[in-house]
Amino acid sequence: MTPEIVAWLAQDGITNGAIYALLALALLLVFTVTRVIFVPQGEFIAYAALSLALMESGRVPGTIYILLAGGALAAAMEVASAVRQHALARLPRILALYVVLPAAVAGAVWWAVPRNLAQWAQVLLVLAMVVPLGPIMYRVAYQPLASASVLVLFIVSMAVHYVMMGLSLVFFGGEGLRSRPFSDGQFQLGVLNVSAQSLWVVAASLVLIAALWFLFERSIYGKALRATAVNRVGARLVGIPANLMGQLSFLLAAFIGAVSGILISPITTLYYDTGFIIGLKGFVGAILGGMVSYPLAALGALTVGLLESFASFWASAYKESIVFTLIIPVLVWLSLRSRHVEEEEQE
Amino acid sequence: MNRTLLAALAAATALGAAAAHAEITIGVTLGATGPGASLGIHYKNAFQLMPKTLGGEPVKYIVLEDGSDATNAGKNARKLITEDKVDAIMGSNGVPSSLQIAQVAFETKTPYVCLTPIALPPEKYHWTFVVPQPTELMMGAVAEHMKANGVKTVGFIGFSDGWGDLMYKATTHHAAAYGYKVVTDERYARADTSVTGQVLKILAAKPDAVVVGGSGTGGALPHVALVERGYKGRIYHNHGTVNAEFIRVGGKAVEGAVAPTGPLIVPEELPASYPTKAVSSEFTKRYEDTFGAGKRNAFGGYSYDGVLILNAAVPAALKKAKPGTPEFRAALRDALEGVKNVVGSHGVYNMTPTNHNGQDERARVLVRVENGVWRLLK
Repeated sequence: MTPEIVAWLAQDGITNGAIYALLALALLLVFTVTRVIFVPQGEFIAYAALSLALMESGRVPGTIYILLAGGALAAAMEVASAVRQHALARLPRILALYVVLPAAVAGAVWWAVPRNLAQWAQVLLVLAMVVPLGPIMYRVAYQPLASASVLVLFIVSMAVHYVMMGLSLVFFGGEGLRSRPFSDGQFQLGVLNVSAQSLWVVAASLVLIAALWFLFERSIYGKALRATAVNRVGARLVGIPANLMGQLSFLLAAFIGAVSGILISPITTLYYDTGFIIGLKGFVGAILGGMVSYPLAALGALTVGLLESFASFWASAYKESIVFTLIIPVLVWLSLRSRHVEEEEQE
Repeated sequence: MNRTLLAALAAATALGAAAAHAEITIGVTLGATGPGASLGIHYKNAFQLMPKTLGGEPVKYIVLEDGSDATNAGKNARKLITEDKVDAIMGSNGVPSSLQIAQVAFETKTPYVCLTPIALPPEKYHWTFVVPQPTELMMGAVAEHMKANGVKTVGFIGFSDGWGDLMYKATTHHAAAYGYKVVTDERYARADTSVTGQVLKILAAKPDAVVVGGSGTGGALPHVALVERGYKGRIYHNHGTVNAEFIRVGGKAVEGAVAPTGPLIVPEELPASYPTKAVSSEFTKRYEDTFGAGKRNAFGGYSYDGVLILNAAVPAALKKAKPGTPEFRAALRDALEGVKNVVGSHGVYNMTPTNHNGQDERARVLVRVENGVWRLLK
């Protein structure tokens, strides 16, 4: 193994690790705010990447039907609860959010696809299609059960994951897709031939992580999210609406997932079910960080990326086993270190 | 009164017809969802194009979904045999699933037309007939081509699953006879986002050529990575990779890729004297008319050929017993073992008691990616 190979592998590991780090942060955010282990996180990657690839080949991605149907379902649930509570004044807002907005996005996509817009415009449209799926998913699947136990929420997550993956197969087909790179540039960095796309990935991850930090430290919504994560009941007592926080965390998670998908779709072939395994590696990263600390989770995810890259050089057939085995010693250490606490308090 | 009489007459005629034409039932289990979906969809599509009679008798196909899961495939097979009393079973689109079905077929004494290339111990072959070309036959064409081009060392990278194992075995099988050495055995998963590590290892071994043991669009990832890292040797694929989506995903990087495949991928370019030209052309045309231009693939052809083989065997079995009985199933198995010169879309099948595939060199051609399409390599 020459230093050159080490440099190559490190570059590859950091590129993948940056994506895993983003996903680890999203998973951690959702978990601390809503106690949901967010299995469908990976689906946003696949939906965004495959939608982009389909739009580039001039086809209307099926994502818009999911958006429209999901929005209608969420609207129906919201209207039902508004009618029950005799709060008809909420109706215009509900319809605007869950019906008019998705319809406007769908219309824009229909209009844009045959016109073959510039790549940045297509990326924006994909974000507009995929990101609202997060809050809609929370409203439809999780909000009615928001106070259930972690295990129930986890099982809901599995169900949502299977539904999303099935729809993905229907709308995107079984074969893989790949989208155009943002730029074909290559940079000579010592012995390395760094592609512009991998710089994009790392830079975008850093920007997003900085933006998240800014959100949590400086904005009122970010602080409310942190408060909910620290103590849900206490946050509610001081007037932070739990449902809004849940939707907000899902919105962020969907955004992060969609951005990750858009970033990696030019450097690999993505399938309708690839998102799950990528999300799972982000999850391993989050576990390495003990499911509590953001910097540790990001570090853990980077470790996963590097380990994966070096494992694929030394023992490619056992790569996944090596990556996932990493969880065991960490879990053992965590369980030895922390005293056993009962499943969270009943509210 | 009149109407009742008519209805009774009609019913009686129908009954009579049913008695004269005992319907043949074929049970099929395939995975058009799950990890094998990209193949399973094509296998399943082909059942819309199947003949309505087998050996002159009406036939009913019962197609079940197994989600590319071996346990489900086994369960489906058992259900089809015990509840639907099928006369023969077909499926599935994955080596583990097909092994399960073969086991069930062996236990229940049901003829099994297998749609994936599998390797079984000889006694288990008794009830199993394999449609696709053996991987050794296919990779033999690659080995020949490598020898003709002076290839001495070969790097291998394949899926970390049963398919990758089969391809590695087939590639090393020919090594001694064709004078090359396999210098790497790298593995990757279809869902991997990067194969940099494996590719670096292959480059360090400096092989004259690389064989990719992937399938479908999954074959594109290592090919693109090798080209990006400046690999100049020829890159070979296998018959699982040959479809239009592979080129769409791989783009310019996969230009020049060489792979073996069945003749139905390039029927237009075959010489008029090619034995399968008529059947291959007709099936490919019907498939693309129904499912869209450019959708041709090897997998639909396996389903189709499986039914053609059954079609050739049914008349002999009908002479001995009636469909739906164990005697008929045994007779059908014996008849399958004796079918001769069945021209399918993939090749010509001549079964013998020791060869339950029966294909020869006519079942393979080499194709190459030229200007974004698979063309016959002459």
